[in-house]
Amino acid sequence: MSLNVKERRNKTATVLVATGEINSETSGTLLESLLPLVREGRPLRIDLTAVTYVSSAGLRTLLVVYREAQHAGVAVTLYGVSEEVRFVMSATGFLDFFETGEAAATRARAAR
Amino acid sequence: MSEARSDQVLRVDAYPTHEVGGYRVRAGKPFPFGANVVPGGVSFSVFSDQATSMTLVIYKRGEPEPMAELEFPEEFRTGSVFAMTVFGLDHENIEYGYRADGPYDPASGHRFDARQVLSDPYARLIAGRDVWGVEPDRSRGYQYRSRVCLQDFDWGDDTPLRIPAEDLVVYETHVRGFTRHPSSQVTAPGTFAGLREKIPYLKELGINCIELLPVFEFDESDNPRSNPETGEKLYDYWGYNTVSFFAPKAGYAATGRYGMQGDEFRTLIKDLHAAGIEVILDVVFNHTAEGNEQGPTISFKGLDNATYYMLTPEGYYFNFSGTGNTVNCNHPVVRNYVLDCLRHWVADYHIDGFRFDLAAILGRDLDGTPLPNPPLLEMLAFDPVLRHTKLIAEAWDAGGLYEVGNFPAYGRWAEWNGKYRDTVRRFLKGDPGVTGELATRIAGSPDLYSSRGTSASVNFLTAHDGFSLADLVSYNDKHNEANGEGNGDGANDNNSWNCGVEGPTDDPEVNALRLRQMKNALAILLTSQGIPMLLSGDEVARTQQGNNNTYCQDNELSWFDWDQVDQNAELLRFTRQLIAFRKHHRELRSTSHPTGRLRDGLGLPDISWHGERAWQPDWSADGRLLAVARCGTGDQDVVYVAMNSHWEAHDLELPALPGGRSWHLFADTGAEAPHDIRTPGAEQELDNAGKYLIGPRSVVILVGRATGPEPGDD
Repeated sequence: MSLNVKERRNKTATVLVATGEINSETSGTLLESLLPLVREGRPLRIDLTAVTYVSSAGLRTLLVVYREAQHAGVAVTLYGVSEEVRFVMSATGFLDFFETGEAAATRARAAR
Repeated sequence: MSEARSDQVLRVDAYPTHEVGGYRVRAGKPFPFGANVVPGGVSFSVFSDQATSMTLVIYKRGEPEPMAELEFPEEFRTGSVFAMTVFGLDHENIEYGYRADGPYDPASGHRFDARQVLSDPYARLIAGRDVWGVEPDRSRGYQYRSRVCLQDFDWGDDTPLRIPAEDLVVYETHVRGFTRHPSSQVTAPGTFAGLREKIPYLKELGINCIELLPVFEFDESDNPRSNPETGEKLYDYWGYNTVSFFAPKAGYAATGRYGMQGDEFRTLIKDLHAAGIEVILDVVFNHTAEGNEQGPTISFKGLDNATYYMLTPEGYYFNFSGTGNTVNCNHPVVRNYVLDCLRHWVADYHIDGFRFDLAAILGRDLDGTPLPNPPLLEMLAFDPVLRHTKLIAEAWDAGGLYEVGNFPAYGRWAEWNGKYRDTVRRFLKGDPGVTGELATRIAGSPDLYSSRGTSASVNFLTAHDGFSLADLVSYNDKHNEANGEGNGDGANDNNSWNCGVEGPTDDPEVNALRLRQMKNALAILLTSQGIPMLLSGDEVARTQQGNNNTYCQDNELSWFDWDQVDQNAELLRFTRQLIAFRKHHRELRSTSHPTGRLRDGLGLPDISWHGERAWQPDWSADGRLLAVARCGTGDQDVVYVAMNSHWEAHDLELPALPGGRSWHLFADTGAEAPHDIRTPGAEQELDNAGKYLIGPRSVVILVGRATGPEPGDD
């Protein structure tokens, strides 16, 4: 299955909407889309609502983006992580690295 | 450009030089062995001394038939190593294996069969048994499929804990059994992820080292037996039949079906470390799942049978393991294989130590003769990567070699102290003539380990192999009928005592005695010098219903029942406090054996023995009461432990304490809860300073310290 990526910009962040599977075949596309956005320095949101599966290589790609963003001082947030993807990310420890939309929203509520 | 990408350089070896079977390839590098992702491709390297040719067989993931068969060109062979880089492979979606051609001549040790696809001995991942218990499709020609994986886990700041050996409290458990029971209430029962959810329980218990039964890939479905009483299928539950030594068991991972077992296991280890808990793996290098002449050919048999196995002059398998074959551990090639394997687990998984199953075999020569200076054991002891890794031997084998106290240690190896287990068990059930040996065992077995120190002795009373603690006090005999072997399997010499009734009973007196006996056992274990090891579930009286060999029981006989955490809260609390007490008292954890000489300034020896009368131990055959007082240096407490396995109570005369100290009660297994044990540092001062009545079959622990403010933790 292929991966489609679309980019959207709002006032505060750049949103990258991914559709499909993130695996060893498609993660190159994702990385090529994300790295230039990281370098722009704007907060980055990755919308995974329409992502059905993230493979081991896919998780590594997301982590590479996270490390690049960390290096550049850019905040990266994952949104719309499905229950299955969240479970896999949690069991393998990858979720620990990321800010997810739900957690960010909770903290924002608490701050108010 | 970022740091991560600025070091990308053009590499000459990123370009193919040959074409084989339609794939672009080049000669690979012989080292490292296995399949490794390199720029543009995957490098495959495999050893076979006697193969005449080697073919790499590649499958699209999950497909029954290969997508490519690439014979190694002759110029890709260096010595006996076949190495080839294949370009353009999607490393994540392939499985691979080898066909090795060569002589089929069992009398000469050779069993080559090019029709067979073989697993890579260095495979970091194995597919084929991805989800525990799913019945495999045995019509497939290649069952245990090697996979390629990246070794790039992000460990963050995880570093080895390097807990001093003498400070360890080891907890032996089974990845699946720990959380498989429905009562565990974890997200993914029976997996690494499930175990990770129970870290708070382990932390609260106070243990600081978890020892996992085998986690290398094995085939739980390779047991052909069924339960004769119920007809249910039996499993290879414990997993001592290793299929692949570099690969974590996929069926132990919630993400095994995605091939992410490596990351899931590493995440468990990382979080255990963060909780202050080390991880020791039970490893099995004495035999493999390939069995004897009748067993399957999986990997070693077809790649280089004569190198990997000890063979008789007629070409049959020596069986020092009791399971059919014996790994040829001291063959130079196999020594390197074992070393590479352990380095892999330490470097790529941050494992803190290993317990070697039937380790006496690791000291045998190529023909089985015990070696005085076994090169493998020496190699492991001095290896730079393993330098701070704990090495623990099960210092015996099924061929009759018993090396407890004698294992070639090179200043590094510790041992499962089987003599400790046997002695304390005999004392607990009230056997005569045991107090003398009991004293030796609880002092760290100086008769066995005088030159190696107390931490050479891993003290245990129960382990996966044998009765659980609850069963040790509930059964005189093993009850292994459910294993389908006519109760002929499992040990017969258990030194157990049922407290009057065989098996479960409603008799409150018997049950009270059993609970007390369990507390007695734990109290002795956790106040003995040496490294204590607890069997998972003993702290909540886990029962196997008298089965002392649950190797095949993937069910409630083996699983940790989490309802017992509440039901047996009294025993759990008792265990927690004992572990805390051990942590509180350095004198229980001293590395050197006690000498009996006076300590500076305190006027008491580091260890002293007592009976009903202070300073007068009873070493006679009828003596069933022994008390020991331990004394540290400076202002540390004195710890007095009285052990009474007699069925009558005794008046203890307590030794006088120097310098304004008085006796305080920490634990009395004869007292009703919650007065059976206290929080370390909050012991109750005795009313009668010179005497204490110890009940029948009881253990009493007292602390001699200055009256006044509570001492802090050492």
